[in-house]
Amino acid sequence: MTQITLSSVHKRYPGGHEALANVSLTIEAGELVFVTGHSGAGKSTLLKLMAAIERPSTGSVIVNGQNIGTMRTRGIPFLRRHFGLVFQDHKLLFDRNVFNNVMLPLDINGYDRREGARRVRAALDKVGLLHKEKAQPITLSGGEQQRLCIARAIVHRPAILLADEPTGNLDADYAAEIGALFRDFNQVGVTVVLATHDTQLAARLRPRLIEVRAGRLAT
Amino acid sequence: MRVWLAAHQRAFSATVARLAGAPLTSLLNITVIGTALALPLGFYILLSNLEGLAQNYSPQPQISIFLATDAKEADTRDIAQRLKAQTGIAGFRFVPRSQALESLKTRTGFADVIAGLDRNPLPDAFVVDGGRNAATLDGLRDQFARWPKVAEVHVDSDWARRLESLLRLGRYAVLMLASALAFALIAITFNTIRLQILTQRDEIEVAKLIGATDGYIRRPFLYLGSMIGFIGGAAAWLMVWGALLVFNEQLRPLSELYAIPLQLAHLNSADSLVTLVFASGLGWFGAWLSVRRHLHSYNPT
Repeated sequence: MTQITLSSVHKRYPGGHEALANVSLTIEAGELVFVTGHSGAGKSTLLKLMAAIERPSTGSVIVNGQNIGTMRTRGIPFLRRHFGLVFQDHKLLFDRNVFNNVMLPLDINGYDRREGARRVRAALDKVGLLHKEKAQPITLSGGEQQRLCIARAIVHRPAILLADEPTGNLDADYAAEIGALFRDFNQVGVTVVLATHDTQLAARLRPRLIEVRAGRLAT
Repeated sequence: MRVWLAAHQRAFSATVARLAGAPLTSLLNITVIGTALALPLGFYILLSNLEGLAQNYSPQPQISIFLATDAKEADTRDIAQRLKAQTGIAGFRFVPRSQALESLKTRTGFADVIAGLDRNPLPDAFVVDGGRNAATLDGLRDQFARWPKVAEVHVDSDWARRLESLLRLGRYAVLMLASALAFALIAITFNTIRLQILTQRDEIEVAKLIGATDGYIRRPFLYLGSMIGFIGGAAAWLMVWGALLVFNEQLRPLSELYAIPLQLAHLNSADSLVTLVFASGLGWFGAWLSVRRHLHSYNPT
């Protein structure tokens, strides 16, 4: 089943900078895809288009059968609930503990508190942070913060996991742990799209590779 | 529906926690709003008490009908008949010319002058107790003036008119004060919510990225706004209550001197309820404006 389709997508930012030009690609459900390329090549923009954080200037981005370019702003939150997003800078909330950080997506999805708590613990257990559920995120190491971000991304069991440079700030050991996590999710059927320039990780996980060069797909 | 209720309940308790989490800020906000609301509230109470007092202790406005000096007894009886049939008056009494002269003698000290008169210059008269409404009084006067053998009709409605226009002035003043301070209240909540949005900027951004609807994001701020308004309204009520307690204590000697019960009554329960609802509504509105103004910058481009 096709999950994400981009056809002749251009993305120009105000000011004229063309981040992507004539990009077409298809990602099937259950694929493990690495988007590689230099900084500034357009990897992040590609992911932002898939996550409906940006809209394409021309062309169409279709996710789960919905066209992101034309859909109404009101519909976007509901589309986003199909995604888990992992950010390089984690975007954790430092005003609440680990448990409540992971609870946020479930709150948004309207889970009741008890069912939610069960899922939060399962997600924390999965990333190996169950013993830290009451800790404040600021006290966690970089690797732990990234794992917390992943727990928050997967707690509502999304069909698609989008990660932008998830191992960018981590040393090799932590990066390998994180990579293993993504492989595990992929093996249970989650579509994983990962923007990275970590070649070691790519060598280990053997994903499908999509290379972006100066806003175009390299073939 | 259950999910919706749970979401509201969660937003509500989060708002309470937020208010309690920053007690000093909350207290300052509430004091400002409370004071802003207490002013028009106090004036309103003063005014309505004054109105009540005026109703109870003002003399009834009267209409005096003076008959022509050549009026016969039959004419007098005719007028009395007409007055009996007249609607819109509280009562009337007949003052014969001889009686009028007598009372003039005893009450004004003009006895010598009057004794020197060779005949009674005063006409027969009717004194009519009219209603309180100045317009009705004027209508009655015009009507009485057209009756036969009526020489002159005199209305002493000036007092009622003055009171009426003074009270109207007071009501306008309260209304103007209340609207000005309602704007202040909206501005206060607008700014409070703006600051709150700024401090929760990260949370809003993350929540949007993981699929929060605008409603979900807006809800806690709207709750915060109405709750600040509500508590501010309650604070105003309490302030006025305290002020009345002191004021009434000071009024006690005065009321003993005048032998009338001069005590100011607080808002009745309906007015109190309206005040609280109004204050919450204004807070909500200020928050709504603020959220509308500051949240759309978080939408995707």
